[in-house]
Amino acid sequence: MKFEGTDSYVATEDLMVAVNAGITLERPLLVKGEPGTGKTVLAYEIAKALGRPLIEWHIKSTTKAMHGLYEYDAVSRLRDSQLGDERVRDIRHYILRGKLWEAFVADERPVLLIDEIDKADIEFPNDLLLELDRMEFYIYETRETVKARHRPIVIITSNNEKELPDAFLRRCFFHYIRFPDSETMQRIVAVHFPDIQRELVHEALTLFYEIRDTPGLKKKPSTSELIDWLKLLMAEDLSPEVLRQRDPNKLIPPLHGALLKTEQDVHLFERLAFLARRERSH
Amino acid sequence: MFVNFFFELRQAKVPVSLREYLTLLEAMKAGLSNWRVEDFYYLSRSTLVKDERNLDKFDRVFGHCFNGLESLSGEEVTEIPEEWLRKLAEKVLTPEEMAAIQSLGGWEKLMETLKERLREQKGRHQGGSKWIGTAGTSPFGAYGYNPEGVRIGQDESRHRRAVKVWDKREYRNLDDSVELGTRNIKIALRRLRQFAREGADLELDLPDTIRATASNAGYLDIKMVPERHNTVKVLVLFDIGGSMDDHIRVCEELFSAARTEFKHLEFFYFHNCPYERLWKDNHRRHTEHVPTWETIHTYSSEYKLILVGDATMSPYEIVYPGGSVEHWNEEPGQLWLQRLLDTYPKAAWLNPVAEKYWDYTPSVQLIRQLMGERMFPLTLGGLESAMRELVR
Repeated sequence: MKFEGTDSYVATEDLMVAVNAGITLERPLLVKGEPGTGKTVLAYEIAKALGRPLIEWHIKSTTKAMHGLYEYDAVSRLRDSQLGDERVRDIRHYILRGKLWEAFVADERPVLLIDEIDKADIEFPNDLLLELDRMEFYIYETRETVKARHRPIVIITSNNEKELPDAFLRRCFFHYIRFPDSETMQRIVAVHFPDIQRELVHEALTLFYEIRDTPGLKKKPSTSELIDWLKLLMAEDLSPEVLRQRDPNKLIPPLHGALLKTEQDVHLFERLAFLARRERSH
Repeated sequence: MFVNFFFELRQAKVPVSLREYLTLLEAMKAGLSNWRVEDFYYLSRSTLVKDERNLDKFDRVFGHCFNGLESLSGEEVTEIPEEWLRKLAEKVLTPEEMAAIQSLGGWEKLMETLKERLREQKGRHQGGSKWIGTAGTSPFGAYGYNPEGVRIGQDESRHRRAVKVWDKREYRNLDDSVELGTRNIKIALRRLRQFAREGADLELDLPDTIRATASNAGYLDIKMVPERHNTVKVLVLFDIGGSMDDHIRVCEELFSAARTEFKHLEFFYFHNCPYERLWKDNHRRHTEHVPTWETIHTYSSEYKLILVGDATMSPYEIVYPGGSVEHWNEEPGQLWLQRLLDTYPKAAWLNPVAEKYWDYTPSVQLIRQLMGERMFPLTLGGLESAMRELVR
C-alpha cells in the first residue's frame, strides 16, 4: 500500500515519503502549511488513491475530544423513561458513536481526517493521545472497550493557530507543505486544467508570483486561489495578451477578486498602480 | 546508528526525544528510506522535526552530519560586528588613522589599554590621539571618530555607536498614568487574555446541570463552576535610557495599557540588553537591583515574556563579556537573553523603531536572530502579531 499522488493531486517527493511513513508505521501524519496549499485535500486524495473509505472529522472551537469517541444522550433517555419506553432499560441505545469509533469499526482500513485540530481547545490533542496511540477507548457507561479492527490512516491538519503539545507531536509524523515553486505549480495547474493554453498558464503564473512578491500584502494568494482565478480566466476566455500587457492603467490584474481577498490589499494595488502611472508620466 | 546525529540535533536545540529517534529506526527497519539519501532526509525530517521553525536548524545539522559541510556556528555571529566596524572605520578614517588604530589591536587589547590609560591619566584632556578626552582619534573618550571608541563623560550619545559608556545616567521611570491613545493598545493586548476557571464554585453551570439531572434519572442535581478569570501571566522587561529616550512616549502608552489589562503583570527594567541584574525602580537602579537568576527562578515558565527595546546598541554589548555600557558583565548579554528564552518559551521582543530601519542596525539583526525572529514593531499591527505569537 503506497501513496504516489493521484491524477488530480500533485504530491512532492517529501510529502510522499511522509505519507508512506505514516501508513506503514500506522502513526498519524500531521500536516501544516499556508492556507490553501492542499492540506485537507490530501486526505481525500489518499483515500481515493488507496481506494479506502474516508471519515472526516472537522474540528470547531467547541469540539471536545469526547465527541470523537461517543456521546451519551442522557436527555433522550430521560424523556423515554418518562414515556415508559422499553428502550430505556438498555443504556446502549443512548450511546451515540463518534467519528473515531466509526473509523475503528470500519470493515477495511479507513482514512480518518481530523481537520484543523488547532481550532479546538488547547487540551484537545492531549485528550486524544491514548486513543490515537493504542487505537482503543473505554466507554464508562457500558463498561466496554472499543478497539480498532484496522488501525486507520490518520491525517491531521493544522493552520498553526495554536501550538500543539509536545507529547502529541512526538506520536506523529510531521510534514510542512511548502508553497510550491513555479515548476510544481505548472504541474498542479496542468493536473487541474489539462487543456488550458500553455501561454495563458505562463502569463498567469508570472502575474501570480508577482502579486505574491508584492511587499505588504495582508493575505497572499495561494494555490487554491490561483486555481479559482484560472477557472475565471478560462470562463471569461481572456487571451494571454491581456495578462501580458503591463499597462499602468490596468495594473490591477483582471478578475483580481479571486486573488486579492482584503480591501487593504486591493487598495495597496491601486496605490501601486497610481505610483506607476505617475512614474510613467515623468 | 545515528546517535551522533540525534545528539547534534539536541545540541542545536531541535526538540527531539528518544521516542522519535526510535520511530526513525523503526521506519528505517521497515525499509521506508529506500536506501536513498533524499528519502532518508525526508523521512528523518518528518520524524524528528515537528515545527516548521526548526526546519532550518534541522537542515543545517543534517548537512553537517552527513556531508561534513559547514557547522552551525556561533562564531560567525560574533564575526560580523568586527567586519562591520572595520567597514565603518574605512569610511570615516584616513588610512594613517586606520593604521594607528589597527596597531592598538582588537577589542581585548582595547580594554586592557583603557585600564592602563586610566591609571596613567589624572586630569581632563581634549584633542590629541592618546589620552582620554573629547574630539580626538584616541579610542577612549567622547565625540571622537574611533569606531571602537569607549565613551566617557558625554550627555547624549552622538553616533549611537559607542562601545562603552561609563557615565552614570539619570533615567526616567516609565510613567504608567498616561492614557493617551492607549485604548487601541489595550484592545491589541486583550488578545493575550486566557480565561480559566479558578477558585471557589460561584456560577451555575447550566449545561452540566441538565446533563447531571438527566443522568440522575430526573432528580435535580445542581452543578456549580468557578468564575472565569483572566489567568494570563506576563513578565515585561523594558529597555530604558540611551537610545530609548526617543521612544519613551510610546513605551509609556504600552505600559499603562498593559498594567490594567493583566492580573499578573511583572515588570523590570534593563539597559540595552538584559544582563545578570534587572531593576524595578529606575531612580535607585544603582543600589536596588534584582539578580536575573532570581527573576528566572521566581516566575515560572508559564509567564509570557515581553521584551521592549529598540535593540540599538553596539554589537559588543550583546556578544562579549564586559560589553555592557554600564558595568562589567562577566557573561555576554546573548547568554542572558538565551537563558531568559530557555525559561520562557513564549516570548516576543517589541521594537519601537520602525521595521524598515531594522536592517540597517546590526544589533537589531543579532537580537532578532537570538529571539528566533520573534521581533515585532511597536505598532498596533506588530502588537497584534506579537500577541498571536504569544498565545500559540
